[in-house]
Amino acid sequence: MSTNTVNPKDKSKMVVVEGSYATAHAVKTARPNVISAYPITPQTHIVEELSKMVANGEIPGCEYINVEAEFSAISALVGASAVGARTYSATTSQGLFLMHEALFNAAGMRFPIVMTVVNRAVSAPINIWNDQQDSISQRDAGWIQIYAEDTQEAADMVLQAYKIAEDKDVMLPVMVCMDGFILSHVYEPVILMDQKEADEFLPPYKPENILDPKNPKSFGALGDPSCYTEFRYSIEQAMDVALQKIEDVAEEFKQITGRYHGGLIDGYHLEDADVVLVSFGSLLGTMKDVVDDYRMRGEKVGILKIRSFRPFPVEAIRKALSSAKIICVIEKNISLGRKEGALFTELKSALYNTENTAPAIGYIVGLGGRDVLPRHIEEIIERTKTVLETGSIDSESSFNEVKEEFL
Amino acid sequence: MSERFNLLTPGHSGCAGCCDALAAKYVLMGVGEDVIVVNPTGCLEVMTSPFPNTAWNVPWIHSLFENGGAVASGIEAALKSLGRKGNTKIVGIGGDGSTMDIGIGSLSGAFERGHDILYVCIDNEAYMNTGNQRSSGTPLGASTSTSPPGSVSYGNPTHKKDMTRIMAAHGSPYVATTSIGYANDMIRKVKKAAETVGPTYIHSHAPCPTGWGFDSSKTIEIAKLAVETCLWPLYEMEDGEVTQVRKVKDPKPVEEYLKAQKRFRHLFKMEDGDKEIEKIQKQADRNIEYYGLNK
Ligand SMILES: Cc1ncc(C[n+]2csc(CCOP(=O)(O)OP(=O)(O)O)c2C)c(N)n1
Ligand SMILES: [Mg+2]
Repeated sequence: MSTNTVNPKDKSKMVVVEGSYATAHAVKTARPNVISAYPITPQTHIVEELSKMVANGEIPGCEYINVEAEFSAISALVGASAVGARTYSATTSQGLFLMHEALFNAAGMRFPIVMTVVNRAVSAPINIWNDQQDSISQRDAGWIQIYAEDTQEAADMVLQAYKIAEDKDVMLPVMVCMDGFILSHVYEPVILMDQKEADEFLPPYKPENILDPKNPKSFGALGDPSCYTEFRYSIEQAMDVALQKIEDVAEEFKQITGRYHGGLIDGYHLEDADVVLVSFGSLLGTMKDVVDDYRMRGEKVGILKIRSFRPFPVEAIRKALSSAKIICVIEKNISLGRKEGALFTELKSALYNTENTAPAIGYIVGLGGRDVLPRHIEEIIERTKTVLETGSIDSESSFNEVKEEFL
Repeated sequence: MSERFNLLTPGHSGCAGCCDALAAKYVLMGVGEDVIVVNPTGCLEVMTSPFPNTAWNVPWIHSLFENGGAVASGIEAALKSLGRKGNTKIVGIGGDGSTMDIGIGSLSGAFERGHDILYVCIDNEAYMNTGNQRSSGTPLGASTSTSPPGSVSYGNPTHKKDMTRIMAAHGSPYVATTSIGYANDMIRKVKKAAETVGPTYIHSHAPCPTGWGFDSSKTIEIAKLAVETCLWPLYEMEDGEVTQVRKVKDPKPVEEYLKAQKRFRHLFKMEDGDKEIEKIQKQADRNIEYYGLNK
């Protein structure tokens, strides 16, 4: 059992700030050259905080671009990254969707942009509250995606994200995903990133290839059928490298700051668990509380926390679930037409062709910001236990709550 | 001069008489070597960059079709932050489709924010890379693959969007129209635009033999006819005021220009086609009047 450790001697350094502020502060300590910004709830606080920092000269030399749309927010970072700048933006939902085309482009050109995605539901109906449909829907864009459980992790992941992204064998953009409102707007005690530690952890960005009049290179060439596959293949190879890099960087971060949030995955009462719940993001906090209750009653319930959704840590998941008797994935997104969340689909596919024959079920919860309370998790655990006891699955994937009056 | 020509090398896959290649060469001749080129998707990008080859001897980036303005903004901001801006000019070179239609928001943002960039629109009056579809740069009456004449149509139903004025309205310190038929004029204006600090804009008329339907040896001739008929006035604007106009002593009738191209051929055959030609002549007359072209 590990998860979200803060060195006890550092507890005195904790301050109570908004999650968005903690992230903005972490961005500052990464010394970005270019930040692009566009407002959208619930992301806006991050770029507002950053604008204040830039206005006060707290991020020396940083150019803050108030773009006219998210499509330009990401595109400006493509340009900035191409000349060797460290870049940052933050967005959510409709803004992320507007970026969609350029997300693939940024990854294809191997620009190590870091972006916080404050997770929010997508329109229609328009809804500003939290679920994770927005970033999940960018799954195949070639971005590394890390999901944070709490505000400390969301902030700490910014620094880690740069280190992963800028590794010369990775060179891929990273999304740090944090749940809208639940993490972005909550005031919680956190340790703000220390500038000295940040500098020790994250070296300046020195890319091998840049646009430079003294040494002209062409970026973004036409790739015809004779070479296109190889470009895509090399992104996949970089994702492979990232699997190890994400683990290593989490360790390095721990060495310097004393804080650790897991590598590709993390476990909570996982080792001896018969019933394993799998999830990502802030749901894990509620789930841990409920699992504590079960453990107090001597029931072997545990949690597998997925931090990295891309690259998807297939090997780590197989190992972590090798002794599970039943698996239940709980998540805030749905692949329409498949009636299950993306994580559930991915998890089952990771276990296919293995010895693991534990039954797996999935629950779709908390769409569009509907509260997920401890009793909901309890209900899900109870239903999961029933499947284990009876050996029969009547519904592989379910919504935990559907109100008849709105149908 | 010959060394400067090589900033865009020959051997790309442009059509014979290609307007885009010519225009891009003139742009580089005006700007010089200390440049970073941003080139949105279109004929020029496709024909000059088949991996692993490139025709560009200057740093060059192609990202997407509709984000040239934003990519250029990001480069300029980054160079400033990195302390490497110096005299390096960031130059966007886009087609009429990417500039006037799909990328206008991105370009408008870049100009409104005041980045130190030069943006050149190579206006061949249609989406050529995808096979000559109508854009907002397509002139009245032109037949394109999506604005064909028919029993109830004379071809493209609208006049060209006045993009140069739109860019001037952003508060640009320098905008100018150019034509690939007037190389020296174009190179001079590009140079001036590049030397002006702030967002500057050049809109270059660029006849496309393949799309417009004329012999590839006639690119320059057609370009000159557009200016001589006053359908494409050449002017400069500084801080929103017209400061220079290229005079046309004896404007030629628009028929001379229209007749020389397949895309207008139907106007001479269709019943009431002459009325459409009259409308086009009216546009030329307005230009003569407005810019004082024949005075
Ligand atoms: C978002 C998007 N829509 C459509 C296209 C297809 N497309 C590529 S180039 C092009 C036409 C380019 O026209 P223009 O900008 O006028 O340049 P030209 O090729 O005429 O020089 C189009 C429609 C694309 N690449 N991206
Ligand atoms: Mg065109």
